Amino acid sequence: MTGLRIGSGSAWWGDRLEPARRNAEEGDLDYLCFETMAEATVSAAQVRKRRDPSFPGYDTYLDDRMQRVLPGCLRRGTKIISNQGWINPEGAAERMVHWLRACGAPKGTVVAAVSGSLITDRVLDIAGPLMEDGRPAASLAGSIVSAEAYMGAEPIVRALREGAAIVVTGRVADPSLFMAPMMHEFGWDPLDHGRLGPGNGIGHVLECGAQVTGGYFCDPGFKDVPEPWDLAFPIAEVESDGSAVITKVVGSGGAVTLRTLKEQLFYEVHDPGRYITPDVVVDFTTTQLEEVGPDRLRVSGISGQPRTPTLKVSIACQEGHIGEDMFFYAGPGALRRAELAKRILEERFRIVGLDAEEVRIDFVGVNAIHGGLSPAGAEPYEVAVRVAARTRTREEALKVGREVDGMAVSGVGMTGKRVPHQDRTREIIGVWSSLVPREAVTPVITYYEA
Amino acid sequence: MRLPLQHVAHVRSGDKGNTSNVTVIAYEPDLYPYLKDQLTAEAFRAFYAGMVTGPVTRYAVDHLGVLNFVAEGALGGGVSRSLCLDNYGKALSAAVLGFMLDIPDRLANRLRNYHPAPEETPA
Repeated sequence: MTGLRIGSGSAWWGDRLEPARRNAEEGDLDYLCFETMAEATVSAAQVRKRRDPSFPGYDTYLDDRMQRVLPGCLRRGTKIISNQGWINPEGAAERMVHWLRACGAPKGTVVAAVSGSLITDRVLDIAGPLMEDGRPAASLAGSIVSAEAYMGAEPIVRALREGAAIVVTGRVADPSLFMAPMMHEFGWDPLDHGRLGPGNGIGHVLECGAQVTGGYFCDPGFKDVPEPWDLAFPIAEVESDGSAVITKVVGSGGAVTLRTLKEQLFYEVHDPGRYITPDVVVDFTTTQLEEVGPDRLRVSGISGQPRTPTLKVSIACQEGHIGEDMFFYAGPGALRRAELAKRILEERFRIVGLDAEEVRIDFVGVNAIHGGLSPAGAEPYEVAVRVAARTRTREEALKVGREVDGMAVSGVGMTGKRVPHQDRTREIIGVWSSLVPREAVTPVITYYEA
Repeated sequence: MRLPLQHVAHVRSGDKGNTSNVTVIAYEPDLYPYLKDQLTAEAFRAFYAGMVTGPVTRYAVDHLGVLNFVAEGALGGGVSRSLCLDNYGKALSAAVLGFMLDIPDRLANRLRNYHPAPEETPA
């Protein structure tokens, strides 16, 4: 077959819901794929589960997403691939069965759960040195919250072969979610790097959703796109050689152009000649891009090299706490008052003995984002003082907010300050990377029927 | 003429741990050689001094007019540990828009959104 139509349903947990519904209704899709996991999603879910045993452990927007897309998907026969399973793919699959029934799916519609990526209990026995600093993984013993391997597309392909209409997974490498349908429909061999290279490359183009259709892109006067408030998520029309046309539903805002494509092609890529994924090593340096119509970009020529013998594993560790808060100045002399406020805070932290690994006090509007690169001299009309400290204990992190509280009646003149309305500390879950032998990770597939 | 990079190229940054990649993409193929010649890995690292603490590697994909800078130690210890408000470094790429480039006058019509103030216009 040719012209396999694969659409994006989300690029992260908090992504908009409406473009997914629109792709399901108007995209004429064979597959709709959801990417909902960031690097820290699994560890955050583990922490939440420990505190709240009623937390089901899968995408908290699963209901919202499925309610919107299932009617369109069932009408068209669109299959769904999704990593909304987080730490409980089986629970997510059961919930999808619930929504399939509610939407009138044919009896016997199959949902597959793919788990097996969680290797917390054995990671220290099988992981190599930490990629960040070369220390042995065992040096993290005692602080590990969770560890997960990045699986490839193969278990998803197996589930599709068994007839699944929906495959919901735990951690799978993002591009693999989008490539699994290509492997299944075109019958690509898992070791055929000549096809998996381009296929995975197209998966990479799709995995960040609107980032290729005009999102994370506009720069007024330099790079404008029409109706940036109504962006669509991308659709790929994939050929059996792994080349594809990237497009979006007609009538949506945004744009698919050479420029949006080039920005997304290299997003989060290091060596463009060696983009390592569980399935294949992608080479983007051979990519050819061609505008073949309005909002239609042909991507071809991406190549691949054989996959590596290892899988990447993310190891999440408890590493302490961050306390942070903010307050405000405006009008003539705003920056002078902010500078005195900074000095007062520094002295207060000394007086209360704040035990911090790092303290940072920035002026938002002046230097909070680019630090020392920011030009000096310009007098802002408004400025926010933003203070953050990284500490070992929550008690120490709480001191940041408490000292900012003191700035209300004991601080500088004309200080604008919020009443604390949220927790001003958060736990740090540090993420470390390592490699494990491919054979040490065994995917588990469980099937459910609506 | 000497002008900020924003008229020559567009940019995007992405994060992996404590490493940021900044992709710099020429608006037009004939501007790319000047970009490639002047925005070296060393120039990039010097420009971001203080923000980028580790080595910078540059990868060039000439036929697409793309330079990809991989800057280690750019995200304050990593996304989850960083005390920076922009802990993913999503706005990190924007700084390099201010990097000054020398571009031949004859290519003025290839520049993006370039409207020099009247006193700067050659008589």
